[in-house]
Amino acid sequence: MILEVKNLQCIRGDRELFTDLSFQLEANQLMILEGQNGSGKTTLLRSLCGLYLQDEGDILWDGVPIQKQDENYHRDLLYLGHLNGIKADLTVIENLRINAALAGNTPSLDVLMGALDTIGLYAFEDFPTSQLSQGQKRRVALARLLISKAKLWILDEPFVALDVAAVELLQTIIANHVDNGGMVVLTTHQEVPLTSGKIKRLSLNEKPLDDGEC
Amino acid sequence: MLIMFNAFWVLLKRDLLLALRRRSEVFTVLFFFLIVISLFPLGVGSEDATLKKIAPGVVWIAALLASTLALDRLFANDYVDGALEQLTLAPQSLPIMVFAKMIAHWLLTGLPLVLISPLVGLFYHLPTSTIGVMMLVLLLGTPVLSMIGAIAAALTLGLRGGGVLVSLLVLPLYIPVLVYGSGAISTSMVVGLSIQPYLLLLSAFMLLALIFSPWATASALKISLE
Repeated sequence: MILEVKNLQCIRGDRELFTDLSFQLEANQLMILEGQNGSGKTTLLRSLCGLYLQDEGDILWDGVPIQKQDENYHRDLLYLGHLNGIKADLTVIENLRINAALAGNTPSLDVLMGALDTIGLYAFEDFPTSQLSQGQKRRVALARLLISKAKLWILDEPFVALDVAAVELLQTIIANHVDNGGMVVLTTHQEVPLTSGKIKRLSLNEKPLDDGEC
Repeated sequence: MLIMFNAFWVLLKRDLLLALRRRSEVFTVLFFFLIVISLFPLGVGSEDATLKKIAPGVVWIAALLASTLALDRLFANDYVDGALEQLTLAPQSLPIMVFAKMIAHWLLTGLPLVLISPLVGLFYHLPTSTIGVMMLVLLLGTPVLSMIGAIAAALTLGLRGGGVLVSLLVLPLYIPVLVYGSGAISTSMVVGLSIQPYLLLLSAFMLLALIFSPWATASALKISLE
């Protein structure tokens, strides 16, 4: 499995976010995306998922453009954006089970409870998510990482709203995934220490900010 | 294939469960339908002949308005909390997932109208056989409203003032259903005329919507999510 990005260009309105962007990501690699606010980090991540159609260039998964293999690619992909994707009217466990089922997994109750235990939501399983705090809601979303069988994780600011303990926990989860042959692309201002594997860095700050001002 | 079917059921059940947790949304549509219908006799007068004459049109117009009222909730909640984005990234074909949402939407907003329509028949002094026909054409027509409406709801997703825009987009597209739906009810009150052509046309609309709307809606959703 390999994620290849070739000469990617994205234009929003009349602003060029990035152009001629190329990189490769292989198993056991973590890519940290850097850039100031508005530099196009989220747009790049959404392009990698196929949610945003790039203006130029190709994104290849296993050598095939992702637009040509929607379902196959989605099976290997887990995306966590700014929105948690959980329903406020459902309980924690219902959210987790439904999200897993929609992603094509049917984990047993033990697996689900184990994931909630690990993520620090033990005994919260029957709470409606509307009653949880912001950080706890984020944890419900992150519990998906523990259940998912996806190879490629694309995480947009995954550390936001988490407390110190949860940040450490997430760092471990990400490091474990990379250890086990996974790939992770993320944007963050947090360091992610790895026990093995390789960290790649990509900066979208090529142009000074005052360049396009008028 | 099995996974796809499973995901279809999971999503359908999820939407029904969400509606169960928030019943008011279902009831607002139903009461809106009933109120619009009961306003007409107050405005037009309650002579038997007049009521019978306007009943078919009133029922259908109320059904159209009630179904547009429900449309902006079809995808809006999922859009706001990010569930829709996850749905488009799920390893299942998006049109199938969209179809599950349409069915849930119809079960929650279309089917209640069908079931409550005999009450309308009593308001308007309709003969029993006509009430039967009315239920039948509503059963054929309301799924079309949900399916056409879903396309418009997907197109206007995330736009400011999207609710009004949906009505403007979708009401003209509802005209054929209105014409043939109310035509069938009127015809059933005339002795000697067959309502079969109306039923066949409505069924044809339904099949057409069934084939095209999940794909059109899925494409519209992808555009709206960009």
